[in-house]
Amino acid sequence: MRRLLARPARLTRAQILTGKTLVHLILAGLLTFQFFLGASNQLGADPVEALINFTGLNAVHLLFITLLVSPAARHLPCGDIMRYRRLLGIYTFVYALSHLLVYILFELQQDWSLLASEITERPYIIVGLCALLILTALTVTSFESLRKKMGRRWQSLHNLIYICMPLVLLHYSWSQKTIIAEPLVYWALAALVLLPRKDKIRSWFAFSKTRRR
Amino acid sequence: KPLDFSKKPEFSTNATQTPYEKVSSFNNFYEFGTDKDDPSKYADKLTYDPWQLKIDGLVEKPITLDYNDLLNTFALEERIYRLRCVEAWSMVIPWTGFELAKLLKQAKPLSKAKYVAFETLYRPDEMRGQRSRFVGGGVEYPYVEGLRLDEAMHPLTLMSVGLYGKTLPPQNGAPIRLVVPWKYGFKSIKSVVRITLTDKEPPTTWNRLAANEYGFYANVNPEVDHPRWSQASERRIDTGGLFARNRIDTKMFNGYQEVAPLYQDMNLSRFY
Repeated sequence: MRRLLARPARLTRAQILTGKTLVHLILAGLLTFQFFLGASNQLGADPVEALINFTGLNAVHLLFITLLVSPAARHLPCGDIMRYRRLLGIYTFVYALSHLLVYILFELQQDWSLLASEITERPYIIVGLCALLILTALTVTSFESLRKKMGRRWQSLHNLIYICMPLVLLHYSWSQKTIIAEPLVYWALAALVLLPRKDKIRSWFAFSKTRRR
Repeated sequence: KPLDFSKKPEFSTNATQTPYEKVSSFNNFYEFGTDKDDPSKYADKLTYDPWQLKIDGLVEKPITLDYNDLLNTFALEERIYRLRCVEAWSMVIPWTGFELAKLLKQAKPLSKAKYVAFETLYRPDEMRGQRSRFVGGGVEYPYVEGLRLDEAMHPLTLMSVGLYGKTLPPQNGAPIRLVVPWKYGFKSIKSVVRITLTDKEPPTTWNRLAANEYGFYANVNPEVDHPRWSQASERRIDTGGLFARNRIDTKMFNGYQEVAPLYQDMNLSRFY
């Protein structure tokens, strides 16, 4: 066992492809299945709330998993798992976008004037939208060709993910009726995920400051 | 357990009723957890027979009712009420119960009495949210609520012991709960053990927790938004599923205009 771990495992192209197919099947499958359950009225008394919670909470979970990929790749003898990070990041966006769409289509039921007043007057919704905007920017620049073209700016743009995490959790905490609730656990986990990166985050802030000057 | 009751059509709505399965599986009862399905999962731990409900404070004749008294002292009637939650969803529920006024009259309130305070059971062994601040949303228990005496004496104000013609399931507040249909649902306190008449406005749980979001009165009012969401409309949970177009306009006093005289000279955006 020890010898097995000592030697870094390389994944073949076929293995990576199989893994990616599995990720697609699981994540797209779960989302579709949940919508199917909602449409066939099997999500309890209020399918709208159930779907909002499912998409929102799992977007948070996927964001955590995505942020865990690079430390995992560094510490496990299998650097190739980095090849899954982009895919997981994109699914974070897909779940977060579904969350917004459920809110607009099923919660507000296309009441556009209500949507307009809610997104301008409710701070926790604005915070959530900011997080989604970041995820959108990262998703549309996630192609390899764009990454090469953008060079160093690509990395500083994608470091915005570290701001996305607290925004998402603020949105989640703020949406609750009481402060002592599940989001507290996520704040603690976020601290664990972000603290080891504090130097990186600090230097990135310093970098963007010098650039602005 | 089935109950004997008469129907009261003059107080009832004929809107589509929310099915029993939904009424009994989608609840806010933080004593059992903050998720909507926690009460139906965990409230079967609650012992509601035997039970004691005390009426005391500024009354001539304090009363204690035990479990059987709750069901047999007053003639029961069925009232189909709209229930509007402060979270902007609503249901239509056939409650079985009796007017709170009948109970209060029996205790004979003194002339000094101006308010009525209510208290939910405090029994951490059976209520997991009372055992742990984390499960119970950080709420200070026991849960307390209050009404002005004239609100409590209004014929719409019901003490409910059943829904859909049967005794209340524990997640809906067995064995006895308050139902005040023109106020947000959190005023309708569940599993009541004590009703105290007082001369001062009693503290109320949600007001203590966030005074800027939840007032003492908590009348349904489409014009006064919750700081975090609009109260102008609501989603009616009835028989429809995901594609139901169930967002409807919220009405002042949840459509119970007959209570308007109670608040004649009050600024309801100040006393929300």
